[in-house]
Amino acid sequence: MSCFRLENVSYRYDKSPVLHGVDLRLEPGEILGLFGHNGAGKTTSIKLILGLMTPTRGKVSVLGGEAGDPHVSQHIGYLPENVMFYPQLTGREILNHFARLKGVPLKQVPELLEQVGLGDAMNARVKTYSKGMRQRLGLAQALLGKPKLLMLDEPTVGLDPVATADLYRLLRKLRDEGTGIVLCSHVLPGVEPYIDRAAILTDGAVKAVGDLASLRRQTNMPVTLSLEAANGIPALEKAIVAASADNGLMIRSANGRLQVDVRPPEKMALIQALLDSGEVQDLGIHQPTLEDVYVHFIGSGGLAHRGGAQ
Amino acid sequence: MNSIWTIARKELSDSLRNRWLIAIALVFAVLALGIAWFGAAASGQVGYASTPATIASLASLGIFLIPLIALLLAYDAIVGEEEGGTLLLLMTYPLSRGQLLFGKFLGHGLTLAFATLIGFGVAGVAIAVLVDNVAIGTLAAAMFRFIVSTILLGWGFIALAYMISVRVSEKPVAAGLALGIWFFFVLIFDLMLLGTLVASEGKLNPELLPWLLMLNPTDIYRLLNIVAFGDGAQLSGVLSLGADLPIGANGLWFALVLWFVIPLAGAWALFRRRRI
Repeated sequence: MSCFRLENVSYRYDKSPVLHGVDLRLEPGEILGLFGHNGAGKTTSIKLILGLMTPTRGKVSVLGGEAGDPHVSQHIGYLPENVMFYPQLTGREILNHFARLKGVPLKQVPELLEQVGLGDAMNARVKTYSKGMRQRLGLAQALLGKPKLLMLDEPTVGLDPVATADLYRLLRKLRDEGTGIVLCSHVLPGVEPYIDRAAILTDGAVKAVGDLASLRRQTNMPVTLSLEAANGIPALEKAIVAASADNGLMIRSANGRLQVDVRPPEKMALIQALLDSGEVQDLGIHQPTLEDVYVHFIGSGGLAHRGGAQ
Repeated sequence: MNSIWTIARKELSDSLRNRWLIAIALVFAVLALGIAWFGAAASGQVGYASTPATIASLASLGIFLIPLIALLLAYDAIVGEEEGGTLLLLMTYPLSRGQLLFGKFLGHGLTLAFATLIGFGVAGVAIAVLVDNVAIGTLAAAMFRFIVSTILLGWGFIALAYMISVRVSEKPVAAGLALGIWFFFVLIFDLMLLGTLVASEGKLNPELLPWLLMLNPTDIYRLLNIVAFGDGAQLSGVLSLGADLPIGANGLWFALVLWFVIPLAGAWALFRRRRI
């Protein structure tokens, strides 16, 4: 049973298309990163999965049922972007309220608050909370009742580095226990090590989806080799030119090392040839990061292009 | 049902926490006792006038105060959750829009009911104990009728406030519209009715006219509390039309109930169409 499945989903608002032809799915025990510029359709996709809206066309199924069905919502945890709570209540009162709505035993509440690091602050009013503390309370709220599908919109906003690391460790643990997790974030380097698959949305359509390796293959972006010369730079440069057989590689020098860009299919052959030449003392390989891949797919259309409303 | 009660119980504990319930009860008690004690001031003395006169004065005051309090209590029920950022989150829970709305109504309705019961109840008991020669039976019946009708009137205006709250997207707009509703039913409606009567110069069907009072819950409320004593003399202004109504007290009660059921159903229908 998939956590959710969007099949050829389109959504229009006031006749202007927000999503068109989106196919996306999430299996249990998987972390999916959902990326895109502002207005690309991330929030709309999430709202469709939550059953807050119905698609104009296409099919949305969630946890084997229909989006928005109470029996389905029971098993979904959601942390909205910029989560807000009743300021006059304490953290514990708020979590009790939401636990009752979800039909979750109240004894979970102090445990969860402890788990997100609000154990000492649970009896203070939320209006005294910092941004990071509100975010933690939001997380505790999303984790109520051990959801099978967890959707987190910018979960690390306001969290310090230690809390962020704790959060990702927690998500990994939940993933290993079979929870399907959707992670929306603009902090790409932060989420890169933790996601199993990434989906990149632009202008309401899925531009690319897959694990990082397959996305890299799709982009065909060059891998950068960082080389330290064994017998002086000119000799190394000569070896590279010889090995690359006039493939038009870009060679730069930085800090006494040479940087060489190579297309993925030619990478292994070049490395082999360089090692055989004996001119290389040290070798570093830099794969394109998630951010590089993202920029490749989104295109650098400039800020104006990405300024659409959420 | 559980979800409805969870929402209601939060509203109730909110109104205990921010002292709304106790403040409303206190205002009601002080006003009722004031009117009871100075009811005879118009005839030049201090003291208890009579039960019908006291109830009539209370009802006249009630039509200003009850709608205002009910509207204030309820105008931000939904739009406040949206501005506070919690409506979106609530709607991702296993909770339908109807359950949220009816839960709010139960919470606000009980708040108003408890405040009314405590405030006017205390006043009623004080009158019964402190005033000599008051007919306890008449007083109890009148107070009971007054309290129940006050609660129904308040529920009506809570439901009217919801119709606004589910429709608008900003709290100040909701507050403004709620004041507009108060203004219309409490101040303008009777004037309009009077104006229509005068302008029509008797050409309107005289059997139709009394029914126009049914269009205003505050008029139904006043009729209920005054007509019950079988003393048409207390009816003044447009209310004298009510003496011709062929429906009697039961009909008036029914009309007052309709006045919260219909707006509440309307608010529900509007809420279901709202985009979140």
